[in-house]
Amino acid sequence: MRAFLTLYGSLDSTTSTNEKVEAMQSYFSNVPPEDAAWALYFLSGKRIKRLAKRSDLKHWLVEASGYSQWMIDECYESVGDFAETAVLLTSHCTVPDPKAVEIKLSNWVEQKLLPLNDLAPDQKSETIKGWWNGLPLNMSFIATKLLTGGLRVGVSRLLLARALSNSTGLSKSIILHRMMGHVSPSKDMFTALVDPDTSFSQVSQPYPFFLASPIEKNVGDLGLRNKWIAEWKWDGIRAQAIRRKGKTFIWSRGEELVTERFPEVDRACSHLPDGTVLDGELIGWKKNVLSFSSLQRRLNRKNVSKKLLEEVPVRLVCYDCIEYNSHDIRNRPLSERKQILSRIIQRANQTNLTASPIIEATSWEELKLRRTESRARRVEGLMLKEINSVYETGRKRGHWWKWKVDPYTIDAVIVYAKAGSGRRANLFTDYTFAVWSDDNLVPIAKAYTGLNAKEIHNLDRWIRENTIERFGPVRSVPPKHVFEIGFEGITESKRHKSGFALRFPRILRWRKDKGPIEADRLEELRRLFFPIS
Amino acid sequence: MIVEATHEGLYCRAGDFYIDPKSPVRQAVLTHAHSDHARVGSRRYITSDSSRELTIKRLGKGIELSTFPFGATFKLGKATVSLHPAGHILGSSQVRIEVAGEVWVVSGDYKRDDDPTCERFEVVKCDTFVTEATFALPIYNWPEASTSINEIFDWWMKNRSNAKASILFCYSLGKAQRVLGGLLTHTNQPVRLHGAIAPLTKIYREAGIPLLETLPATICTNGGDRIDFSQDLVIAPPAADGTSWMKRFGKCSTALCSGWMQIRGNRRRRGYDRGFVLSDHADWKGLIKTIKETKANRILALHGRTDVLVKYLREDGYEAEEMKPCRLHTKDSKAGGGEK
Repeated sequence: MRAFLTLYGSLDSTTSTNEKVEAMQSYFSNVPPEDAAWALYFLSGKRIKRLAKRSDLKHWLVEASGYSQWMIDECYESVGDFAETAVLLTSHCTVPDPKAVEIKLSNWVEQKLLPLNDLAPDQKSETIKGWWNGLPLNMSFIATKLLTGGLRVGVSRLLLARALSNSTGLSKSIILHRMMGHVSPSKDMFTALVDPDTSFSQVSQPYPFFLASPIEKNVGDLGLRNKWIAEWKWDGIRAQAIRRKGKTFIWSRGEELVTERFPEVDRACSHLPDGTVLDGELIGWKKNVLSFSSLQRRLNRKNVSKKLLEEVPVRLVCYDCIEYNSHDIRNRPLSERKQILSRIIQRANQTNLTASPIIEATSWEELKLRRTESRARRVEGLMLKEINSVYETGRKRGHWWKWKVDPYTIDAVIVYAKAGSGRRANLFTDYTFAVWSDDNLVPIAKAYTGLNAKEIHNLDRWIRENTIERFGPVRSVPPKHVFEIGFEGITESKRHKSGFALRFPRILRWRKDKGPIEADRLEELRRLFFPIS
Repeated sequence: MIVEATHEGLYCRAGDFYIDPKSPVRQAVLTHAHSDHARVGSRRYITSDSSRELTIKRLGKGIELSTFPFGATFKLGKATVSLHPAGHILGSSQVRIEVAGEVWVVSGDYKRDDDPTCERFEVVKCDTFVTEATFALPIYNWPEASTSINEIFDWWMKNRSNAKASILFCYSLGKAQRVLGGLLTHTNQPVRLHGAIAPLTKIYREAGIPLLETLPATICTNGGDRIDFSQDLVIAPPAADGTSWMKRFGKCSTALCSGWMQIRGNRRRRGYDRGFVLSDHADWKGLIKTIKETKANRILALHGRTDVLVKYLREDGYEAEEMKPCRLHTKDSKAGGGEK
């Protein structure tokens, strides 16, 4: 554990990417593979779920620290992280055993952490309180972190791959590829990950997704129109379909295996030739694209009812082919991959498996015009991909751009604020916005992003100085400041007071030129989006 | 009420004086020379002997200023007043006010921890204790000052071996000198100072407080050669971060020295490489210990998490209240700001 604590300490105390990579590289080169496997698991943001309920932990912290519940809530609000709150509140009664850090990371996880689930509630409570009162502070912190969620120490998968690549001599893309998918951490898992023999690969293993970046410049500056392929940016779930050795695997972009949830796509993929991997988007489709919220109903269910299957049939609209005839073809030019894709889809001849059509437009001007169809087509805008581009790893700028349509907007008034967590702890950054309904303001959306540091700072100060009431961590403020809120869609929702839920709400700008009375009205929203009802 | 909260600041009617007033008044008792406590414009100022030079530095030579040694009593109207060390910075005082046998103590900003650069906090028994509450949450538990100073020294040495300048941001008055005093046990290497810190440090030195030797952080030597900062520790106010002044250091590591750095989120948000926990305010146990030791039966809380402190003390059987409407500080318990 000592080495892992040191690694965490170094990662947490620097903002330099190079120093982070060096720290990880030296860690991975010096620890046994079974420890490295767990370190990799936690550093890549994965977590062990359901070890302890948050409400139980809070209760145990009251007992372990001797402070009242309200005090613990106040402290949590200032700290923004439960594990850290627990360590700070128990440090005064801790008699740490310095030998505790001698245990190997893998042994600690496998012998102490995972078995928590088999303990009776009172045993579990005693064990965890024992950690707070007996472990050195940094170990107590990590232990609690792992109980409550991920480590979140500002290490991306790309950075991990860089460190592993440096310590093994394998290329970054091989490491990244091997890191995809589900494998439980073990000695074998890590040994396979760093195996110099690159011929071996798992049958279900997906490729890292290539992600496009939002375009910031004028499309005209991209050069000749015919050097770029344009297609619709579908509003669904990005996915990879793998057909190998007679089996199909469908992976979501969150690296979840979702094959069983989409049996119709699973069946369609069985018509693909062996050794094929397609990159596409899962979309609800009934004559036309269905809304994202109906697709979500499908995603949330492991076992799909017949009724739901009929109501929301799903298809995979494919963008790309990245493995063909069991060969990784990510390095072939896009134009060629597109040809292969279209051939495969034609031969499979399945309703639930289509190729994303290429948009015909001879000039950028014409393409701009086509883009205006996006809302009506229920797509998010356009994708622009350089015709010769290879299929890269992660978010690499320059060859693939997303060119989204402008969001819908409303002007809304801030009515509540709550402090954020993590690096936004003790800073009011979670805002609730409202619009007018008759003479009342009704909350319509929560938004966390879109303001710059200076605006956040100013708003934070204003909230502190103008708090009307406190409801636990939430403060109400007088209607004064108006913000333009951008969003991608609106659906009716019984769960919200206003009766509507906005999709992807975010702050576009602070409308200092507008008073609260000029904020939008709920009736107008209803007229705009639901003209019939 | 011997002392009441007004919009101008704490007011003692019996003695017709204010404590750390926010706007100009006839008679102002200053607890210490931080700019949010010592403000210009009042007709007459009273402070401790050892705060004299710092007060003049802040408010100018032209002010009418009387100073008293710690513990000496003087009459203001019907009030008998004396100043007692608060341990916050050099010359910082608590104000003891006695009227008709009733004793009030206004703590000003204070701390209980070791600090060789200022007078040690003195417990003054009283009936009503007006306490600050900047860090009134039990999450704030300061490590020994020597531990933080060790960490600062280790960080400096590590940067040195990587040929990186170490830029330590901290408040110009009090904290900077505390670091300079603390580092004496580790080294006799000179430390470089930002221009805003040098004159205040000079006043400390003239008061006979042992500090590390200091040099200016100018770009060139007198001879015109460019200075190489890669081995140096440089102390600067936080406001200097992100300005063109920083360019001269080239490769450097930055750190902030403050009580707020106890919270990881604050450390990470500020974007400094390191955060060192060193505060000139009392931490939670310091506040509670002090409140107990004053034997006061009524506690009034001022500035910071007064709500938490009052609620906690009431649960503990105290008569406690928040002092409103006045706030001595202009800021709320803003993370990373406001602490002086």
